[in-house]
Amino acid sequence: MAETIRLEVSRYRPEVESEPTLQSYEVPYNKDWVILDALNYVKNQIDGSVTFRWSCRMGVCGSCGMMANGEPKLTCAVPLTDYDPTQPIRIEPLQFFPVVRDLVIDMSSFLEKLSNVKPWIIRDDVEATEAVEFRQTPVELDAYKQFSMCINCMICYSACPVIGLEPEFTGPAAIALAQRYNLDSRDKGKEERMDALDAHEGLWGCTFVGECTKVCPKNVDPAGAIQLYKMGSATDYLKSMLLPWGTK
Amino acid sequence: MSNPSLAPTRELKLYRRPISFWWWLDRPAYFKFVVRELTCLFVGAFAILTLLQVRAVGEGPEAYAAFAAMLASPAGIGFSVLAFLAAVYHTVTWFPAVQTTIVLRVGEQRVPGSVITGAHMAGWLVVSVVVAYIVLRG
Ligand code: SF4
Ligand code: FES
Repeated sequence: MAETIRLEVSRYRPEVESEPTLQSYEVPYNKDWVILDALNYVKNQIDGSVTFRWSCRMGVCGSCGMMANGEPKLTCAVPLTDYDPTQPIRIEPLQFFPVVRDLVIDMSSFLEKLSNVKPWIIRDDVEATEAVEFRQTPVELDAYKQFSMCINCMICYSACPVIGLEPEFTGPAAIALAQRYNLDSRDKGKEERMDALDAHEGLWGCTFVGECTKVCPKNVDPAGAIQLYKMGSATDYLKSMLLPWGTK
Repeated sequence: MSNPSLAPTRELKLYRRPISFWWWLDRPAYFKFVVRELTCLFVGAFAILTLLQVRAVGEGPEAYAAFAAMLASPAGIGFSVLAFLAAVYHTVTWFPAVQTTIVLRVGEQRVPGSVITGAHMAGWLVVSVVVAYIVLRG
């Protein structure tokens, strides 16, 4: 008999239960599969009611984040062979987010935080519709490129205990994306973004646990971005206090 | 929900998972983080002790002798050992983290994080040797 592995999938059906339960499914231990393939096998072959999000299956869309054995993972990027087939894999929705159904979380708090930090290029000298070209050198690109790789998968939020304890905290990805635009030589919106971030639940909510950086599937290093942001904010403050001409 | 465009179209019955009091035991990294934060208490207490020591010096030889005797008591030595271990733990776990907070460039190249952490460690070693020399010179 072909080898199999057991998935213990968290089920939450709001119309029938008040809290999630685990349901067990036996799936083939296919060496070419990632966790998401195993879940799709469950959905297609065993139980069509299991609900989860996914789209690209190639680590680009950021929609397939879930907890696997308590670790936040991009399930389309984690091979089944990372797990021992004699032990079940526990699949749960991303932690610290409210659950809508089964493995689907409510991401509206994240979307709101994201839009609050204005992650777009801000300039008042050109119309958004105007076709203008701003050139950048490789060094200028390099300054923010790493932070621009974020796919909004929210895996970092699920690894951050501050998000669990203080849900208002802006959180790793949104701050990293704010920093991505601050560091962009074409952008002029740093001060505007600072208004949203220089608050306790903004930048300074971060206590530098550093797990966001470790779990990020795209090597964005949100923890680094936040600390750089803090350094920048603190130096600007000191300059404005100590130098007569301030930060200008 | 302050942004209506993001609101779900019908009321959802969301399940909110409670956060356990023991969250800091969930992952080794959380535990290490909480321990690192707690080491600050020892580092802070040691700083206060040093200030009291300076005050004792100012109060004359008897006051200082009494203070020194207190430090040499088993409790005093025990505290010093704990504070030392706490400071070492804090430093050893902090310097590797520092590399993400500093972006240094030489020409067009970014200085690698390991160099930044290594420089901090080396600086720490030099300062420790100098302090040890001053203290142990006798
Ligand atoms: S920073 Fe990394 S973990 Fe966080 S949302 Fe972006 S890609 Fe995902
Ligand atoms: S399905 Fe798109 S990132 Fe996993």
